[in-house]
Amino acid sequence: MDITRLFTTHRKLLWVGFLILLIVFVLTFPLYAGKYPTRVLTTMLMYAILAVSWAMFSGTTGYMSLAPAAFFGIGVYSMFLLQDYLPFPVIIVIGGLISFALAILLGLVTLRLKGIYFTIFSFGLVVFIGNIINYVEADIFGRHGWYFPLLDPAILLYTMFGLAVVTVLAIYFIKRSRLGLAMQSIGGNEEAAEHMGINTTRIKVLTFAISAIFMGAAGVVTGPAFVYANAGLAFSVTYSFIPIVAAVFGGMGQLHGPIIGALVFGFLEKTLKAQFQTYFMLGFGIIMVLVILFLPNGIVGLLPMLRDKLRGVIRKLRKGGEAEQHANT
Amino acid sequence: MRILEGQGVTKFFGGLAAVSNVDFHVDRGEILGLIGPNGAGKTTLFNLISAALPLSSGEIRFKGRKLNGLKPHKICRMGVSRTFQETKVFANMPVLQNVLIGAFFGTPTRVSGADATGEAAKALEFVGLSAMSATPIDDLTLVNQKRVEVARALATKPELLLLDELMAGLNPTEVNEAMELVTKIRDTGITIFMVEHVMKAIMGICGRIIVLHHGEKICEGTPQEITGNKQVIEIYLGEGAHAGS
Repeated sequence: MDITRLFTTHRKLLWVGFLILLIVFVLTFPLYAGKYPTRVLTTMLMYAILAVSWAMFSGTTGYMSLAPAAFFGIGVYSMFLLQDYLPFPVIIVIGGLISFALAILLGLVTLRLKGIYFTIFSFGLVVFIGNIINYVEADIFGRHGWYFPLLDPAILLYTMFGLAVVTVLAIYFIKRSRLGLAMQSIGGNEEAAEHMGINTTRIKVLTFAISAIFMGAAGVVTGPAFVYANAGLAFSVTYSFIPIVAAVFGGMGQLHGPIIGALVFGFLEKTLKAQFQTYFMLGFGIIMVLVILFLPNGIVGLLPMLRDKLRGVIRKLRKGGEAEQHANT
Repeated sequence: MRILEGQGVTKFFGGLAAVSNVDFHVDRGEILGLIGPNGAGKTTLFNLISAALPLSSGEIRFKGRKLNGLKPHKICRMGVSRTFQETKVFANMPVLQNVLIGAFFGTPTRVSGADATGEAAKALEFVGLSAMSATPIDDLTLVNQKRVEVARALATKPELLLLDELMAGLNPTEVNEAMELVTKIRDTGITIFMVEHVMKAIMGICGRIIVLHHGEKICEGTPQEITGNKQVIEIYLGEGAHAGS
């Protein structure tokens, strides 16, 4: 049986099987793996949410946003401020909605900027909001950081997993909708898109804000995992950089690219960085350069490339075999 | 009947008047040509009509409705579509999807996916590119990319089509084909306003021509009237050529 053929003909079946395995894996993980590995897996899923939602907007329209950390931080703060008053799931929704509203506001102002100006502005936003909150907190209320109640890591893992599934499904359907097509046309040529009847401002602001929902919600769920936090931690630029790097590393063209990239980076960050800070950054840099140079479609672009190569080799071997047979007869 | 009308149309870039106090009109069903030397303001005038640029002063009306202050996507949905001098295709998509976007978003009413695909296929067939519908747009030659732009514009169901130098860079055979295409589009009832440098094409298919120079309209008339106009000859051939003849 030809292995490459198995992958093309029974693709759907393989996907369903893979998803069931994944769900079983995540649900049983806390039972045998212990608390720390559970936290690592939760972080990996968090980065996956940030990376996919970032790639949905920035990867498609070409507007490189450095704002994920801003929306993520808003989520963390929603959790902190509302934890005593509302149930966890409601806060997740509210955190997403606050991020959405803020993104609409910011999008209306900033998405008129093009190229590098938008990118820099979105970065400034992270620093700005973080500092404002820090100022209000420290200078007005005299607080320096705060604590979250302890939540079972298994609960956090399940919640993050649920959120990740919702995020991926939502983005899958958005990409295939009219909205997705409009976004793609903006990435292709914004001026032409405008002249083909697309209200580009509306589409950009709306999709930027939709991506912010998932980032904010991920912040809410991550909040309790902080245990102790402050504005500097909640609005750390890491939450902007890692998802972007992960998306580029994994490949932005397809939905699973950023997910795979984020899982890899989330894992490396949590496990290797703690032990080998400098070597981690060095290795990270080298890998990034290699990926950008040789794999423009990211790691997921590697698989079809290898498959084509494999097919070529098999074909050659067969031809060689046939030629030999001919020679023998 | 006038489908498009401009009065005192003016555009300043800083202190420079790129288009200066131009009055013009396009009659329904005609092919109107717009000519003039480089920098005369032809493309700027198109950009003002399609709202890629805001007017400095004056007004433009489409079927009696004022276009001032409207965004490009509104103008497209009202029935004015265009192509670009330097092709602006959706680089990351196959040919059919490029045209599909026009069919999907450019019409005044919401279109279903199946209808839009049908319209896009029809438009591609009209410009003779059916065979290439699945090809990535970047693999097409310049001529064919220009045709895709025409198909994309047609898919929005326009009443007025603005063609910005459709024939620039084409060889003589391709120019003939493009001329046929333009006439064919007009015969379906679409009014055409075209900027062109290829004189053979302009003289061959336009019923009426407007000449711009340094942002001002210097004359307007049938191809015969234009070729006989002293000022036009001076602009195109220089005063010396005129005096020496």
